[in-house]
Amino acid sequence: MSSVYDNYKAVIGLEVHAQMLTKSKAFSADVNEYGGIPNTHISEISLGHPGTLPRINKSQIEFAIKLGLACNCKITEENRFSRKNYFYADLPKGYQITQFDTPICTEGSVEIETKSGGKKSIGLTRIHMEEDSGKSIHDQDPYSSLVDLNRAGVPLVEIVSEPEIESGEEAYQYLMEIRKLVRYLEICDGNMEEGSLRCDANISVMKKVATEFGQKVEVKNMNSIRNVQRAIEHEITRQIDVLEKGGIIDHETRTFDAASGITFGMRSKEEANDYRFFPEPDLLPYWVTQKEIDGIKTTMPPLPNELKKKYVSELGLSEYDAGNLTESKPIALYFEELIKQTNNHKAATNWLMGEVKSYLNTNGIGIEEFPLKPKTIANLIQLIDENKVSNSVASQKIFPLLIENPNKTAEEIAIENNLMQENDNDALSGFIDQALAKYPEKVEEYKSGKKGLVGLFMGEVMKLSKGKADPKKANQILREKLEA
Amino acid sequence: MKIDQKLISQLAKLSKLEFTKEELPKIEEDLTKMLAFVEKLNEVDTNNVEPLIYMTAGSQKPREDVAETRITQKEALKNGPQKDSDYFRVPKFLNKKD
Repeated sequence: MSSVYDNYKAVIGLEVHAQMLTKSKAFSADVNEYGGIPNTHISEISLGHPGTLPRINKSQIEFAIKLGLACNCKITEENRFSRKNYFYADLPKGYQITQFDTPICTEGSVEIETKSGGKKSIGLTRIHMEEDSGKSIHDQDPYSSLVDLNRAGVPLVEIVSEPEIESGEEAYQYLMEIRKLVRYLEICDGNMEEGSLRCDANISVMKKVATEFGQKVEVKNMNSIRNVQRAIEHEITRQIDVLEKGGIIDHETRTFDAASGITFGMRSKEEANDYRFFPEPDLLPYWVTQKEIDGIKTTMPPLPNELKKKYVSELGLSEYDAGNLTESKPIALYFEELIKQTNNHKAATNWLMGEVKSYLNTNGIGIEEFPLKPKTIANLIQLIDENKVSNSVASQKIFPLLIENPNKTAEEIAIENNLMQENDNDALSGFIDQALAKYPEKVEEYKSGKKGLVGLFMGEVMKLSKGKADPKKANQILREKLEA
Repeated sequence: MKIDQKLISQLAKLSKLEFTKEELPKIEEDLTKMLAFVEKLNEVDTNNVEPLIYMTAGSQKPREDVAETRITQKEALKNGPQKDSDYFRVPKFLNKKD
């Protein structure tokens, strides 16, 4: 059944602010660190004292270029800075230093996966450098607001997408990609709850047959990627409902309330903002050279999409496995080491995403703290491949023992604990004879056609051998004996 | 450009200033004079002249990314007209940001 909602399509553009993981602030040397006692990460520059002069941070430029390169952007040669003027208590200078007409990166794109499993490229309009404001606290004092300037001047990049996102789901995928990218590049920790990654959404809807865009509405205050998706989905429905009732969409800024899942218009609807941008006279332009770009290129880490493509096309892994392996950089780097030591890529994937990951989850640690080296896991895989131990013995017995003795090899553990697989014909025959002797009537049933009983005998053999019987070989001998 | 009361009220809002009704004609007169004074510059023909934004040419030399603490919290708060032990205090305001 089609509904009125199917007659519309949504047009969404996202603005993402990412706090850069530099040691010092954008235009002054004060500490760039989340938290801290209020008003201690400050300097006369970030406090906006008269007569002080900003100076740009080398790492901030480098980080912005890295992100641009990762998104296949054009890097701007002449970077000018501007003042964006507005009056607010947590903005001590009365203006924010930002890039207005010369964003450091232009064009470029981010590739996302769509719901149908396909790929879609979301274009980027620009990435530019700017500084964060301080923080205001309104609920601690009945008569005044409190201002903490630790965040004032923290370097940001703003990533502006083209209005090419069409649903909450696509916005979700886009933000997951952006977060993965900044984390791989180690330029931002990507924590939306703490605000080191923030997102505003510009949303409009239009009839599918229409040629003109609808009126856009800006939605703010979404503190998780899931909430961005929820806010967008709610806003699309709200706008269509308004239009269907014959109403018009106001040009306004709305805020998302996570508890109710609803967007609200912000009360103050003053005249359009007037930021009176003008060139920042205190900062000369910064000229990026080709040499600098080439130098940064040599420091680029492997990127999630490159690795994913490699795993699918060169290692023959599924899209799903490749996606899981590249979800976080430390896991991907561990896998990179692991596949240098073993050619059984599928087993390497299964071990990493299975036993290893569940150990990490149970213990609440990252792979950096995982006690086993990739080589140890590779040896364990080899033991299984050579039929020296069974898969279940490897995962249930050897793996936990290895974690207790991380300096031993899998083979040492298997031998010491008498876990090597039994593939000696005589020994296996012995177990099989015992199993058959235990169930003489079942042997008769088997011979009269109940072939499924082979499972019962195998189970007994495994029990008698304490799981060490080579199942393939045991099965073969068992059948020979039963058919005899 | 014509200075009128509407423009003055808009500028006042942006600058967080308040004028009384009695002050407005005086402000209007002053601003008109200032603008006329600056508009004298328009008499110079600047066609084909690149705007001069910076007094020196060349590229800015960036600062190495090294953190340092040069002033203490106590020093930082010293110039705030209102403060408590950790924060600057400002008149209560809510919402409304860019």
